[in-house]
Amino acid sequence: MQQIAYFIEKYKYFLLFLLLEIIAIGFTIQSHSYHKSQFFNSANAISGGLLEKSTSIFEYGVLKKDNQRLAEENARLRSLVSSDSLHPENIGSLSIENKYISAKVIQNSYTKRNNILTINKGRLDGIAIDMGVVNNTGIIGVVNKVSNNYATVLSVLNSNSKINARLKKNNYFGTLTWNGQNYRFSQLLDIQRQADIQIGDTIVSGGKSILFPDNTPIGIIKSFDATNKSYDNIEVELFMDMSNIGYVYAIQNIDKEEILELQKND
Amino acid sequence: MTRDTLILAFWLVLLVLIQTLVLNHIYFFGFINPNLYLLFIFLYPFETKRSNFLIVSFLFGFCIDIFSNTGGVNAAATVATAYFSLPILNLILNKQDNDFKLFKLNNEPVIRIVTYVTILTFLHHFILFGLEYFNLKEIGTILFKTFTNGLFTIVLIVLSILLTRKNKFMNQ
Repeated sequence: MQQIAYFIEKYKYFLLFLLLEIIAIGFTIQSHSYHKSQFFNSANAISGGLLEKSTSIFEYGVLKKDNQRLAEENARLRSLVSSDSLHPENIGSLSIENKYISAKVIQNSYTKRNNILTINKGRLDGIAIDMGVVNNTGIIGVVNKVSNNYATVLSVLNSNSKINARLKKNNYFGTLTWNGQNYRFSQLLDIQRQADIQIGDTIVSGGKSILFPDNTPIGIIKSFDATNKSYDNIEVELFMDMSNIGYVYAIQNIDKEEILELQKND
Repeated sequence: MTRDTLILAFWLVLLVLIQTLVLNHIYFFGFINPNLYLLFIFLYPFETKRSNFLIVSFLFGFCIDIFSNTGGVNAAATVATAYFSLPILNLILNKQDNDFKLFKLNNEPVIRIVTYVTILTFLHHFILFGLEYFNLKEIGTILFKTFTNGLFTIVLIVLSILLTRKNKFMNQ
C-alpha cells in the first residue's frame, strides 16, 4: 500500500499529464467519427455569440464581393424565371420540395484535415441535423450539430463527408470525398468503368441524395487515370471557393420524412 | 501572488480571443495559420509544482478547440508542451529546480530564448497536426505543416517576448 502511495507521489505529474492527454485524445477521436462528432463544439451561446460579433466586424471588408455574388445570383434567377418552364404563371403548378433557409457563416476553416463551419442560424430558425447546405455556386456541406441559435456544418472538405455525385451528361454516379491536400480539389470515387468520362465534364449532385436537390453544381473533372478495370484518382475542381463563403442556404426537404419512412420499410 | 494570477488570467482570455477571432482567419500564402496562443506556455510563471500548470494548459487548449471545432487536438498538444517545457528548459539553460523562483525567460540571452521556443513550438505543432491527420500515410503533410506553420508561430512568439523585454528596460 505504501509502495502504491510512493509510486503515485513520485509520478504524480506524469500521471496527471497522462490523464489529461487521454481526455483530450478521447475528444479528438470522438470528433473524427461522423455524427457522434463533438460533444463540445462552437455551436454554443458563448463561442457562437463571440464568433458572430467578430464576423460582423470583418464583414465590411467583403461586402463588395457579397454584393457581386448576389447580383450574379439574381441575374441567374431572373433568366430562369423568364424561361418558359418557370414562368410566374406556371410556378403555382410546380411541386415545391425544398425550403431554403439563409444563414451567415461565422466561422470557417479550409486548411485543416477535417473542416467544420459554424452558421448563425439554429434550431429556432428551423435548422435540423442532416440538412444540406449550399450557396449559389455549389454544395458547401451538411449540418452536423444544432443548438438553439447556431449550427455547425460538416464542410465538403472533411474526411467524413461523402456526397453522392453524378456526371451531368449521363447518370453514372459516384461518391465525392476529400483527401486533405488542396481545398480547390475533391476526389470522385466509385465511378463505373463503362461511364465515358472526359476532362472538363461537369459533376453535379446525384438525385439519390435527399440532402441536396438534383443537379446542384459541384465542379468539373480536372484529371483522371483510367485502367482496364476502373477509373482512379478522379480530381474534381470545385466550383465553390471554400476559402470565401459569406452567406449560405440550408435546404429543408419537405418530403424527407416521407422518403426516409419509405426506405425504412424496405 | 493574486495580482500576478489576475494578470495571467487576463492574458489567457486575451490570447484565446486573439487566436480564435483574429488569427484563425489569417492564412499566409493560403495555408499558414500561426498559433500565437502558445505564447501562454512562455508567460506562465515557472513552478516546481506543475499540476496547476498542466490543468490550466488543458483548459486553455480546450477553449481554442471549442472555438475552432477541432475536438481535442489543441488541448492534447498544449498539455504535452506544458509537461515537456520544464525538462527542456533544464536541458537548454542548465537551470536547477530551485532557480525557478527568480527566473524570468526575458532576462536570458536571445539565442537561448529562440532555441527554447523553437523546440517547444515544433513539438507542439507536430502533436497538433499528427492528431489532426491521425494517419501514418500523411506523415509528409504533417511534417510539412509542422515546419511551415511552426516557423511563423516561432517568429510571432519570439517577437512578443522581445517586445515585452524592451518595455521592461524602458521602465527601469
